Amino acid sequence: MKAERVTEILLALGSKIEEEKDFLTELDNVIGDGDHGINMARGFKAVEEKLGTLQTSDIGNLLKTTGMTLVSTVGGASGPLYGTAFMKAGMLMNGKEEMNLDDFLSCLDAAVEGVKTRGKSVQGEKTMLDAMIPALDAMKQAREEGLSAPDVLQKGVDAARTGVEYTKTIIATKGRASYLGERSIGHQDPGATSFTDMLETVCACITP
Amino acid sequence: MKKLINSVDQVENQMITGMVKAYPGYLKKLDCGNVVVRAEKKTGKVALISGGGSGHEPAHGGYVGTGMLDAAVAGAVFTSPTPDQIYEGIREIATDKGVLMVIKNYTGDVMNFEMAREMAEMEGIKVEQVVVNDDVAVDNSLYTVGRRGVAGTVFVHKIAGALAETGADLADVKAIAEEVIANVRTMGMAIRPCTVPASGVPGFELKDDEMEIGIGIHGEPGTHRETLKSADEIVDILLEKILADIDYSGSETAVMINGAGATPLMELFILNNHVADVLAKKGIKVYKTFVGEYMTSLEMEGFSISLLRLTDRMKELLDAPADTPAIKA
Repeated sequence: MKAERVTEILLALGSKIEEEKDFLTELDNVIGDGDHGINMARGFKAVEEKLGTLQTSDIGNLLKTTGMTLVSTVGGASGPLYGTAFMKAGMLMNGKEEMNLDDFLSCLDAAVEGVKTRGKSVQGEKTMLDAMIPALDAMKQAREEGLSAPDVLQKGVDAARTGVEYTKTIIATKGRASYLGERSIGHQDPGATSFTDMLETVCACITP
Repeated sequence: MKKLINSVDQVENQMITGMVKAYPGYLKKLDCGNVVVRAEKKTGKVALISGGGSGHEPAHGGYVGTGMLDAAVAGAVFTSPTPDQIYEGIREIATDKGVLMVIKNYTGDVMNFEMAREMAEMEGIKVEQVVVNDDVAVDNSLYTVGRRGVAGTVFVHKIAGALAETGADLADVKAIAEEVIANVRTMGMAIRPCTVPASGVPGFELKDDEMEIGIGIHGEPGTHRETLKSADEIVDILLEKILADIDYSGSETAVMINGAGATPLMELFILNNHVADVLAKKGIKVYKTFVGEYMTSLEMEGFSISLLRLTDRMKELLDAPADTPAIKA
């Protein structure tokens, strides 16, 4: 796919986040500080404005711009984390005008590494990584099995959803939810949820 | 939601602008965003920058001025400011003696301040940081991101700010800030929640006869919930946890009874009445008491107790001149 299509998908992520804003905020109210949806929606609104004026065929540029805009508008922990994820992906796609499934998987790989480093976090701490890592693993495996791009993405979405369910069963040890200790059990992680929302959107966009 | 605001997305901007209009002799707002710096930059000293989400007023803009901070960065309500804003603040106040960032220990704050630090260091600005974690309500274990930074942060601003004002080196200013952090403990509680304007609904719910013990300054749940008790009994609950954490016996202390935003001074004095009695009974001397609103949580009803174990040097710096909108000494 070319830059124009990537832009459409980035804008679709924003619409999805706007739709899910209240639900994400509600989730965050229970175990965090109740602003995840609000902050992400503000960030993606700014992304929409930025991308509207950006004329480029460089996909790296699109992703970097998205990342930098999120960093400078979202705040909280999600700003640096999602911002870093998109910036890492953007660095990987630097100068490229075409993006295929393998590129997408490499981008997600870079994004996961970026989030781990920025958040000093690993899988199993009730964070977005608990959706990101299983999704990435499932997609890599599906790719090896030779599945089509929409099918690969669907495997990723399924794994991410399972990851979100898994976050309900564990104690948060990172982020504001960690202050709750055992009281965080039973609640799904807002970051894992917003990641899954975004992956679902990508999947829907590329599925004919 | 019933609030004296104009529009939800103008809350932070109009608050900061209004604060600058109230204290033009102290504060100046940068064009890049909700960053305030001293009206007149002072060179030849380590520059202190702090900040966090809005909704904690007078923190942090109210502490910008002689003997305390050089810049304060305000994020959206209860949300860490972004790296670009913090970076602009650092650039504005940077001196060749360096910059100290005073960060409250929240995942977002630490990440955003560290990204700003990386940006400033790329420009050759010398930056150090301290992370305040005074909230004893949170277990400091492998299983949390560590204790939250709450009202005790104001003592860090006062004492490290006083030392910086003398022209001390960055390493010394950082060391005294860390000494304050090591010796200050805070615990809070609430009887009524607050509502983030953009969300429109209270961050948590409490029944009429319930209270949340150990609450954070963003209304994050605390250690537990129980039936409302008398002021004296609540003070006993909070002090027990604070006094169990470090040994204050025989020490001189500074006490802060911090209102969460909607607690009348009358009640804060009632609380302090018992705090002073308990400390006296335990042989802990109170050198100085601060009663008022220092680190609020919008219109939350509740308070926190901070107890700082003082050395002679800290006493001197606590008493040293300060002239800011919120603290004068």
